[in-house]
Amino acid sequence: MEMVAVKDSAISENGTERTLYPYVTGTSVIGMKYKDGVILAADMGGSYGSTLRYKSVERIKHIGKHSLLGASGEISDFQEILRYLDELILYDNMWDDGNSLGPKEIHNYLTRVMYNRRNKFNPLWNSLVLGGVKNGQKYLGMVGMIGTHFEDNHVATGFGNHLARPILRAEWREDLSFEEAVKLLEKCLLIAKITEEGVTISQPYALKTYWGFSAFQNPSKGAEGSW
Amino acid sequence: MTCVAIAGADYCVIAADTRLSVGYIIYTRDYSKICKLADKCVMASSGFQGDLKALQKNLAAKHLIYQHQHNKQMSCPAMAQLLSNTLYYKRFFPYFTFNILGGLDSDGKGCVFTYDAVGSYERVGYSAHGTGAGLIIPVLDNQLKSPSPLLLPAKDAVTPLLEMEAVDLVKDVFASATERDIYTGDKVEILVINASGIRHELMELRKD
Repeated sequence: MEMVAVKDSAISENGTERTLYPYVTGTSVIGMKYKDGVILAADMGGSYGSTLRYKSVERIKHIGKHSLLGASGEISDFQEILRYLDELILYDNMWDDGNSLGPKEIHNYLTRVMYNRRNKFNPLWNSLVLGGVKNGQKYLGMVGMIGTHFEDNHVATGFGNHLARPILRAEWREDLSFEEAVKLLEKCLLIAKITEEGVTISQPYALKTYWGFSAFQNPSKGAEGSW
Repeated sequence: MTCVAIAGADYCVIAADTRLSVGYIIYTRDYSKICKLADKCVMASSGFQGDLKALQKNLAAKHLIYQHQHNKQMSCPAMAQLLSNTLYYKRFFPYFTFNILGGLDSDGKGCVFTYDAVGSYERVGYSAHGTGAGLIIPVLDNQLKSPSPLLLPAKDAVTPLLEMEAVDLVKDVFASATERDIYTGDKVEILVINASGIRHELMELRKD
């Protein structure tokens, strides 16, 4: 099988490599603002082509004190982004000046990182959703792999844009309670399950949410895997 | 993704829609493509959003340095030259943006500068760029026909229309472009620059 001389890395004369296509990928992330904060949802699958290879990949991580980052696309690139952000947050904490990076700042940082990598023709193959609350201000934004970015009341990556966004546009309100927000998200994810082959998106497992800026709540709705 | 500007005797109107789309998906209906660079100088752009943001930040930073060094704001013609140079600097890996700069020149007259992606620019009486430009420019040509800047004696390129009429014209052309261009719609953000400052208006457009 490996006899085929397929060039899947671009090693040029000066010996550098760049990402040409993604291998292990995560599918859509959906996020929206609700009354008390921001809620993100993603499944826990890492696909290798059309096989669901990894079944417990956490694609939403919390960043610093105020933000949540969800990623779709190449998982290894997501892990590299987390390393960049680790360093960023570390330096921020080392200043020890009572200030901390909020979601808006992190979104800006990520936009610059993605854009600059794209300019060097070595993109991080991800679509990122960045949400958080700082000083009572809710923030929700998205960054694509070429540096396209925006903020809105509800965002989705990849297929979620086609499937979830229309539902959110019709039914989203400013003052959704937590339970209503969860139900709305489940509706989006369920639709995705029905219309896709069911390989990548399945029932909502762990819904990480952001509650104000003092307490984290992490309702892990563990689904007993049926497969 | 469309932007338009019209220069008048003592005002300038700049407008851009607020839709951000990729292919057949709309990312958001609320993305501003207009950037206020100086007190009397505003830039509207269409094209690749990543480059757009980078360019706006670049110019804003250069303007800040100018202010620190010269203790005054940049004039619109000065900013026009700066933008041209900034774009040409990346001649061999261009900013994929099509820009319009609008504002008041040092005499208080409206000015509009129109650019291509690599910095070639010209001062004109009106301009449009983006996906809806092809639908808008013919209408502006018809309504605002500016005399050529090559004529002697030099005729004023700015339109004799009143500020109100120019704003109405801009609203009309956007509404028309929205009908046929899928990438234009949602809302149009209209900025009017005159001697008393910058006025900001938001008009709803068709969302389909």
